[in-house]
Amino acid sequence: MSRRKTMVAMFALVALAGCTSDKPAATVTSSSAAPSSQAQASGTGEQSKFFDQADHDAQLAMRSQTPEGPADKPWEQAIAPEMTDTAQYKKDGPYHLCFSNAAVNNPWRQVGWKTMQAEVAEHEEISELTALDAEGKDDKQISDIAELQAKGCDALIISPNTTATLTPAVKGACEKLPVIVFDRGVETDCPVTFIKPIGGYAFGADGAEFLVEKVPAGGKVLALRILPGVDVLETRWSAAKLAFDKSGLEVVGVEFTDGDAAKTKSIVSDYIQRHGKIDGVWMDAGATAVAAVEAFEDAGRPVPPINGEDQQDFLQKWKDGDLTAIAPTYPTYQWRTPIIAALKILNGEQVPKTWNLPQPKITAETLDTYLKPNLPPLHYALCGCEDMPGFPEKWGGQK
Amino acid sequence: MKRNLPIFAVLLVLLAAIALANPFFLEPAGFLAFVKRAAPLVILAAGQYFVIVSGEFDLSVGSLVTAEVVIAARLIDGNEDATWPVLVLLIGFGLLVGLVNGAVTTLLRVPSFITTLGTMLILTGAVFLWTGGAPVGALSQAFRVFGRDTLWAVLILLAVGVAAALLMRADFGRTLVATGDNERAAALSGVRVNRVRILAFVLSGLAAAVAGILLGGFAGVSAQVGQGLEFSAITAVVLGGVVLGGGRGSVVAAMAGALTLEALFTLLNLYGISGALEFTVQGVIIIAAVAAGAVRLPRIFTPRKGDARVAS
Repeated sequence: MSRRKTMVAMFALVALAGCTSDKPAATVTSSSAAPSSQAQASGTGEQSKFFDQADHDAQLAMRSQTPEGPADKPWEQAIAPEMTDTAQYKKDGPYHLCFSNAAVNNPWRQVGWKTMQAEVAEHEEISELTALDAEGKDDKQISDIAELQAKGCDALIISPNTTATLTPAVKGACEKLPVIVFDRGVETDCPVTFIKPIGGYAFGADGAEFLVEKVPAGGKVLALRILPGVDVLETRWSAAKLAFDKSGLEVVGVEFTDGDAAKTKSIVSDYIQRHGKIDGVWMDAGATAVAAVEAFEDAGRPVPPINGEDQQDFLQKWKDGDLTAIAPTYPTYQWRTPIIAALKILNGEQVPKTWNLPQPKITAETLDTYLKPNLPPLHYALCGCEDMPGFPEKWGGQK
Repeated sequence: MKRNLPIFAVLLVLLAAIALANPFFLEPAGFLAFVKRAAPLVILAAGQYFVIVSGEFDLSVGSLVTAEVVIAARLIDGNEDATWPVLVLLIGFGLLVGLVNGAVTTLLRVPSFITTLGTMLILTGAVFLWTGGAPVGALSQAFRVFGRDTLWAVLILLAVGVAAALLMRADFGRTLVATGDNERAAALSGVRVNRVRILAFVLSGLAAAVAGILLGGFAGVSAQVGQGLEFSAITAVVLGGVVLGGGRGSVVAAMAGALTLEALFTLLNLYGISGALEFTVQGVIIIAAVAAGAVRLPRIFTPRKGDARVAS
């Protein structure tokens, strides 16, 4: 019996330790007040160490610039391009393209990968596409890039898994053949072109500005992030933080969901219980937006203004529930562009050194054009794939 | 029941602490929402209890939960009519995985730690291969109601809880504990040890199937839904005072352990402590609970004839 008592004491200790331990800096709640350095009342915590004011301002400005190129093909458009000469890479076809892919481990990358394969199928001058999947591992991608250099590729497309670690591998490849980098960047300008949508700051600001506009002054906003420490996600949050700091909104919590729907739903439910009312939800990615919306539904509360992303399940929820919502996007049509860029380079045509693709946001006005009920729930609407052969079946949809 | 008092005391303290921070918790809706959220883990803990008390481990339940949800989404694909056939199939799949785990462990004499670790890896890899890393399809509304609707989830939990308690009071329960306590003695007194252990694994597989159905209903399709659940379930069972190595502990206490663990997570979340600490907390609990059990053992130990588990 006394053994049981010891166990009680141990558990009580564990429980107590849980209650009294200091809050880590990463999780910021209203009760912990703002860090002393900035003394902001908005509860957003300190600015991310990844934050770069010049990049931030440049991205926000790009949102209103008119891109060059065909308006009906945003994947061929570029914002404020500075062209670079590629005459040195000109050669005759047919071409053997190679692709080192960071991963296909989420629906966004799946849609993108299918779209890229469809783009390749449209070009007869491409004889072969050799693709290696790094499965989200830096070390595998480094050896993948080395392996591809020995395969006789005419051009190498790289979607880096992480920025700093992959830089030397990309530099090594640049010396052998023309390299095209897209999605995440690297810390070298040796690739012929770097293709990306406007970027994370613009994504984060689009969502936050919408909430600032729709949520009444003094309203309580809950910010949901996937993980800390990933540059492409940190930029999204740091832009949102700036927008919230300037506003009269109170950010009652910044929580990490690990991109997990159940965890997201639990966190949002807890916040609804704790604060009685949440007036807005900001998200750094839309994959779990439906879970957040359901937390309000299940609690029997109206869904406040929220941002998701261009995934079909969220767009459907938005339409069905007539939500006050917005969907910033990180368009999957950017997976078409590297193939187009590779062919231009091998043709000796000029390409933008940094190829900034337009990054539209879906609003209540444009919702109906992007919502396609015959596509699977995890499909991303901005695939730019509607006119490609095999659509929608190849993307998991029904005719 | 008296033996279970400590875990219930801890649970009450934690529930009181939650209520203090969040008065809504005291209302029926608030409390039932908590029970709904805890239901999958409680059910998993019950399943894990059967295996642990018989002297084995089941590490495969987390990946089995993920597999169940991903399979359900792919097969139902938003079609309401497919709900019931797929539910039957999911239960069947859970039973089958449990049966394989049990058969390999007992008949082929592979230690359950290795068997179920292997099953975990096989299922994880198979799910990845089948989905390409991202789940496809969608669950139907009729499927989701079990995990999403509070009443359904609570009723299912109650049914599982009562069934588990009754099972442990029946002959099966006694032979199960006897097997875990001293396999040889149990076998000599007529217990069919292998059959009892296989049944324990089958029950664990069944529990994982039910937990998967509830979790899929709660939050929808996700390829990470079961991540780390095997460790949460083992932590819950250990927290309930069940001895690793088998032979001692009650299923009610194991389920109370799961509720306690979930209450602890809720409390951490309420006080704004990072979710990353959940794993740390689980690690501390497992070590502390097992250490608490082991430290006192020599003093209260009275040698029994044929007790082969002195060292554990």
